[in-house]
Amino acid sequence: MNAGIIKQVTQHLVNRARWSAMEYAFWLAALASIFLLPSRHLILTEVAWLGLFALSLDLILGYAGIISLGHAAFFGVGSYVAALLAKHAIIAEPVLALVVSGIAAAFLGFATSFLVLRGSDLTRLMVTLGVALIMREIANQIPEITGGADGLQGVVIAPILGTFQLDIFGHVAYVYCLLVLFVLFLLARRIIYSPFGLSLRAVKGNPLRSALIGISVNGRLVAVYTLAAFYAGVAGALLAQTTAFASLDVFSFERSADLLLVLIIGGTGYLYGGLIGAVIFKLMQDWIANLTPQYWQFWIGLVLVLIVLVGRDRIGLGTGMVRALGQRAVRRLPIPAFRIAAPPAEGR
Amino acid sequence: MPAVLATQSLEKHFGGIAAVNGVSLAIEKGARHALIGPNGAGKTTVINLLTGVLRPSAGRILLEGEDITALAAHHRVQRGLARTFQINQLFLDLTPLETVGLAISERMGSGGQWWRLVGSKLEVTEEIVDILGRFQLTDVMFERTGNLPYGKQRLLEIALAIACRPRVLLLDEPAAGVPEAERHDILTTVAALPSDVTVLLIEHDMDLVFSFADRISVLVNGGLFIEGAPDEVARDPRVKAVYLGESLNA
Repeated sequence: MNAGIIKQVTQHLVNRARWSAMEYAFWLAALASIFLLPSRHLILTEVAWLGLFALSLDLILGYAGIISLGHAAFFGVGSYVAALLAKHAIIAEPVLALVVSGIAAAFLGFATSFLVLRGSDLTRLMVTLGVALIMREIANQIPEITGGADGLQGVVIAPILGTFQLDIFGHVAYVYCLLVLFVLFLLARRIIYSPFGLSLRAVKGNPLRSALIGISVNGRLVAVYTLAAFYAGVAGALLAQTTAFASLDVFSFERSADLLLVLIIGGTGYLYGGLIGAVIFKLMQDWIANLTPQYWQFWIGLVLVLIVLVGRDRIGLGTGMVRALGQRAVRRLPIPAFRIAAPPAEGR
Repeated sequence: MPAVLATQSLEKHFGGIAAVNGVSLAIEKGARHALIGPNGAGKTTVINLLTGVLRPSAGRILLEGEDITALAAHHRVQRGLARTFQINQLFLDLTPLETVGLAISERMGSGGQWWRLVGSKLEVTEEIVDILGRFQLTDVMFERTGNLPYGKQRLLEIALAIACRPRVLLLDEPAAGVPEAERHDILTTVAALPSDVTVLLIEHDMDLVFSFADRISVLVNGGLFIEGAPDEVARDPRVKAVYLGESLNA
């Protein structure tokens, strides 16, 4: 009698992990952008690493409920490690250097994860912010290694896999960043639909009961925080490699705060929030900066206040208003971008 | 017969208040033991101490002869000590299917696996279906737990503890707040628990206590007042005074 139900349950669980049409559409659009928007590759590169960075924050905020105002600490470590590896030709090949940079950030993530295990959201905000400030000051105090306030100059990035040299138009850089984003997204998606991923949602929903059905709550939080630090480190390394530069700005408070905004725009807890948020945030920044070069932050601020007011009940659920608003914004925003990219031959 | 779960002079102070004051309990293997007492007597605090939700101020807790006083809550579960809560502690955004699956995966040691998809392990799925069936939750297994009627949530609360396959099960007022119509399901479920599972029950419903328990401990003001077989406890005039009298008047 149970055999039929078991089959039905298995089917139900397996179906959930299946790719939806929307997901295919999203990645096809990303693929198409390589060929259709060659003149926008520089900004799309920024979108790609910002999306990866936001995906990293989503792993801890959307799935484990850990809020952070200092995620730039891991981004920054990844950035500096990648720049240093390239500058001193310790690991010249960028893909390997990328992995090593991520691992370096993961070490910091593991070490600091124990600080965020306890306490309220406010405690976590302060602790994570503090860690990022400390990292920034350390980088500032060892200029002989990091270049201090001047940044790390003279970084030369070797060809990717020994073959693909980065070009000044950002074509190779964009394809590189997009591929890294895609691979790490696939990994994150796999993890989210695993028993480990399910237990994270349980821990987020009810840590007390989680412990009392045998889940090692702290163990799971340490694991996901370390994983997220790896992702953030890789994102930072992508920035360093595609700009051949690293500066103290990678650790800045604004970077952590902007990241939270990116995720709020896109919505948390469904993996695509960070990616969609990054697209909207960067395009909005670019678009508004073109309209009013001096006051763009005013408009960004206003838009964010509106988004949060309209969708305040939805933040953290990753559904409904914020997402709908995001999707509406996605439909609207690319229009000026396309207009800029349109060939002048139209002559109107 | 050796006690499967025992406490020695267990104490818990909150500030200057002694919520639990020198409680020494011994629960025998396979027992149906009830812990009763007036409101505020410290019954739930005892359960919280036994399961590791709270750390005792003094005293020891022994599970099958081993000292588990300093053991983390999730390790106690892995050693076969599970509980339910007086007020539901469920995962409102998950389905009953996922909820029960979590406990089963964790027990089988595969709950931390990240490379495998949920639902890819047949033995977990089989056991989920079996447990949900036993607790009349099959028809709602795909629904969000937060949307379920209270009676169903209450059944899930117990099913989740059973999914941990405990050797000792602590039930904190399983029938609390359940509407009369659905009460029967809960009582049948509690009565049908496997006989090799040792059960410690906290309950205000005296019908349930006296039909279920073969041993009763009465807790008053954080201290153990009397312990004995149900008929002894029922006959004891002091118990009537402090407890049964109160519940008759209530």
